[in-house]
Amino acid sequence: MFIAALGALLFLLPFIGIALRLPWMRLSEIFGDPETRAALWLSIRSSAMAAALSCFFGAPLAYVLARRAFPGRSVIRALMTLAMVLPPVVGGVALLFTFGRNGFVGARLDEWLGIRLPYSSAGVVLAQTFVAMPFVVVAVESALVRQDTRMEEAARTLGASPLTVLRRITIPTIRPALLAGAALAWARALGEFGATITFAGSFPGRTQTLPLLVYSTLDTDPGAALALSFVLLAVAVVVLGLLRDFWFAGMSDRGKG
Amino acid sequence: MRTALIFVAITLFGCGSAEGDDRIRLDVVAASSLTEVFEAIAIEFETSNASIDIAFSFGASSEIAAAIESGASPDLIAVAEPSVLDALMSDDHVVEPVQYFATNRMEIVVPNGNPKDIASLGDLARSDLVVLLCDPAVPCGRYSSQVLANAGVRIAPASFEVNVKGVLGKVALGEADAGIVYVTDVLAAKERVDGVAIPKDKNVVAQYPIAIVERSSDQQEAERFVAFLTSEIGVRILRRHGFGAP
Repeated sequence: MFIAALGALLFLLPFIGIALRLPWMRLSEIFGDPETRAALWLSIRSSAMAAALSCFFGAPLAYVLARRAFPGRSVIRALMTLAMVLPPVVGGVALLFTFGRNGFVGARLDEWLGIRLPYSSAGVVLAQTFVAMPFVVVAVESALVRQDTRMEEAARTLGASPLTVLRRITIPTIRPALLAGAALAWARALGEFGATITFAGSFPGRTQTLPLLVYSTLDTDPGAALALSFVLLAVAVVVLGLLRDFWFAGMSDRGKG
Repeated sequence: MRTALIFVAITLFGCGSAEGDDRIRLDVVAASSLTEVFEAIAIEFETSNASIDIAFSFGASSEIAAAIESGASPDLIAVAEPSVLDALMSDDHVVEPVQYFATNRMEIVVPNGNPKDIASLGDLARSDLVVLLCDPAVPCGRYSSQVLANAGVRIAPASFEVNVKGVLGKVALGEADAGIVYVTDVLAAKERVDGVAIPKDKNVVAQYPIAIVERSSDQQEAERFVAFLTSEIGVRILRRHGFGAP
């Protein structure tokens, strides 16, 4: 009990630390600042986009990893885990060598389609998706692996088409896991710093997300940096809190189904 | 975050001389732009002062100053912009007067061979170029905007990098066409990048001060290092790395 309390304190105290030093009087000034608003807005848009892309590509990938045996499956699984533990700066460097204008993909994108990802908002989304998608894949895959496949088989033997099975059985049963993965992916994307600064750089309104602005103002205006950090924390806590209720609701639904 | 890390690093490893022998450990925190030159100077210094070991910690000027402000106590601090030390001086964290030991200038950095034919600051305004600057929060960024203002050039940079290494690294990789960094950075990376000089009348002179930290328990040894920096050998090594005399 005592040890548990100490453990909880480690996470509680920094919150109090920020709240104590927060320049409450200047909050409206800080959030009225166009640069802050631009960063906040960019962060919200890019992280939502990254979470959506992570689900769109991550869920099918998780399904294939869980249900189909194919050569190289363990390699892809390992890559997913690697991407989760990789220092984000290293991820950013890898993206730069791949999608940068001298990278083997980036050079062709530029030449054929005129698309340049570095230093663009799309580059921010790419960097965030890179670090966030594994969370969706891992969450959904582990749910699928644990899932009892007999229900799907039963539905098939009763004449349901593969699409109906997917839509009526598979997706509803993995929904809590998908939501959990999406929420983690979104939170990870919102806080993303290393890959973004390395691959997309930092320019107000275009690639300067909230974490980048926090870093940049830490030296010149620590009060503003604290306030912005607090916003990041608050947004994450509120959304994750809401989703948590939602997951637990989802879990109990499954019991009824 | 970085400030906190530097603080932890300094308090954990910077607890003065090791017990048991009479060697003295001098902890020096310094601006990143001094990395190569200080390491070269330390080797010379340690050969003539066998009882002193020098341990460096390099970081952004403002971060290392903030670390001292929040309680870290190295023996010496050297930064790339005099104003960084203002707060430390007014709170009596450093011994006055501070000593100016070197100067630096800015230069345009381009990939090897200057593929985009950049000849002047004015060229940086060309719309076909990807130009990087340091963030205005760090000295390098403030000096860069001063240089551009001196030349009356307005540019649209692709990004404000958090430090010199960000600008230098991306230019060296060819992911940017040009940037503005210190002359000494271009020299240190001359195998990977080229420099385009900025005329003296448009350029700035960055003054590098070094100060002894008030809480240091090895002030005499710290003074010896400062004296060495301004000695003939010290000045020669600084010159070789592209720094000017104060």
